[in-house]
Amino acid sequence: MKLRFWFILPTWVWLTGLFGAPFAIVLAYSFLTRGYYGGVVQPWTLENYQRLVDPLYLRILLRSFIMAFAATGLCLILAFPAAVFISRSAKHKHLYIQLVMLPFWTSFLVRTYAWLFLLRDTGLVNTVLQRVGIIHSPLPLLYNDGAVLLGLVYAYLPFMVLPIYATLERLDPSLPEAAADLGARPWATLLHVIVPLSRPGIVAGAVLVFIPCLGAYLTPDLLGGGRTVLVGNLVQAQFTTGRDWPFGSAVSMILMLLVTILVWAFLRRESEHLA
Amino acid sequence: MKRWLTVYAVGFFAFLHLPLLTLAVFSFNSSRFTVWERFSLDWYRAIFRDPQLIEATWNSTIVAIVATAISTVVGTLCAYGLWKRGSRLVTGTLYLSLVTPEIVTGISLLALFQWIFRWLHWHLGLYTVILAHVAFSIAYVVIVVSARLRTVSRSLEEAAMDLGANEWEAFFYVILPALGPGIVAAALLALTVSFDDFVITSMVAGVDSETLPMVIYAMARRGASPVINAISALVTVFFGIFVLISERIRES
Repeated sequence: MKLRFWFILPTWVWLTGLFGAPFAIVLAYSFLTRGYYGGVVQPWTLENYQRLVDPLYLRILLRSFIMAFAATGLCLILAFPAAVFISRSAKHKHLYIQLVMLPFWTSFLVRTYAWLFLLRDTGLVNTVLQRVGIIHSPLPLLYNDGAVLLGLVYAYLPFMVLPIYATLERLDPSLPEAAADLGARPWATLLHVIVPLSRPGIVAGAVLVFIPCLGAYLTPDLLGGGRTVLVGNLVQAQFTTGRDWPFGSAVSMILMLLVTILVWAFLRRESEHLA
Repeated sequence: MKRWLTVYAVGFFAFLHLPLLTLAVFSFNSSRFTVWERFSLDWYRAIFRDPQLIEATWNSTIVAIVATAISTVVGTLCAYGLWKRGSRLVTGTLYLSLVTPEIVTGISLLALFQWIFRWLHWHLGLYTVILAHVAFSIAYVVIVVSARLRTVSRSLEEAAMDLGANEWEAFFYVILPALGPGIVAAALLALTVSFDDFVITSMVAGVDSETLPMVIYAMARRGASPVINAISALVTVFFGIFVLISERIRES
């Protein structure tokens, strides 16, 4: 038993020092005032949180939520049929799962950059469309909300496929068969039997996609070109160019709070599900 | 419906893989525009002529190796400790560290380091990057090793101790060898995560400790360039080899 203590100790020290302590500092900063030269000074105040009610910042928060919702929804629509396909494959399940995971294993930055490369004015999409003669001048595909949404969907799609596939695999095959025997057409079986039964996977996938999308920073930064400001960019700007650490801290705390509530609600649901 | 699903699946996998494939193909194009001219290795040569890129790759490699070594040891020990008796506090904190948005982790680590530097007159550098990378890799290691531990029978340890091994010996000679593939998989995951990280790294890196993702980002910010395509292709192939190795080890 004593050994167990020493085994967990290093992790505990690391977590306290480099996760707990920074968190405490940011929490404290969020109640302090911005100094004249961009430092953090007293007095203690609630002003940073009050500023968040400003329509300008509320809009950024709302945009982040809408973006995360849209990305999650799109991922679900794209991933579900793919998961069904993989679970029905007789021979190559393992290969297909690896194909889904492969982009996940390549660099996140590279995957985001790939879209920058494809969507730019002289990118492949515009070049091909111009060659074919559908358009005469390049379409503005990059640096807008659509590009950011595409980047997020592309980045987090595997997170949606895998949990849905996992529940489909566990699904009792006699249930869809029963539906078919009772006269349901394939589409009806899919809609009324398979989709409801794969809800745990859908919920898990939705949480796995929604959370990173809500706090996304790199994707909106690269593909949005600074025009699509989401919460993550707001935080980053306060700590770099804006030099308003107390306000940035307050935004971070709100973001953490939202994420924690989401995860907590999900875990509660899960435990109820298991009970 | 089956035919529709197959058609859809082809499109789905094309969507997942074509962007990276196109990226790689055009890294061999002599023109900097997305029109195929002829095969050339110019952009790859350009990588090796760029001292900034070489140095950044070197930095990334050092950080990834050191951070992986530390986090694998620390995380494996922790996973074993939790296997003996769970702790909601430790597990909960690990998961929380995993779901924290990267940018929040980045700024809070920056805040911590700057706060410490008020007393110690040190500067951000490679060591702060390593500290940060260990902090976010431990959770991955614990999860992967724990998954492997669940397949290890507890009677194995009991048998070792009945035969006269103490707790430590039972861990070192019986449990640890059984965890081998899990530990290797965890280390490779930590290595890829560390080598790839941009958001947290960019917040805690000093002026003289730029990593490869930071340089790629800075170049991408200025717009697409075939040199980035070439680096991306190299990085992807590199990661791919790692994953293949780790798969082999896990299967054996």
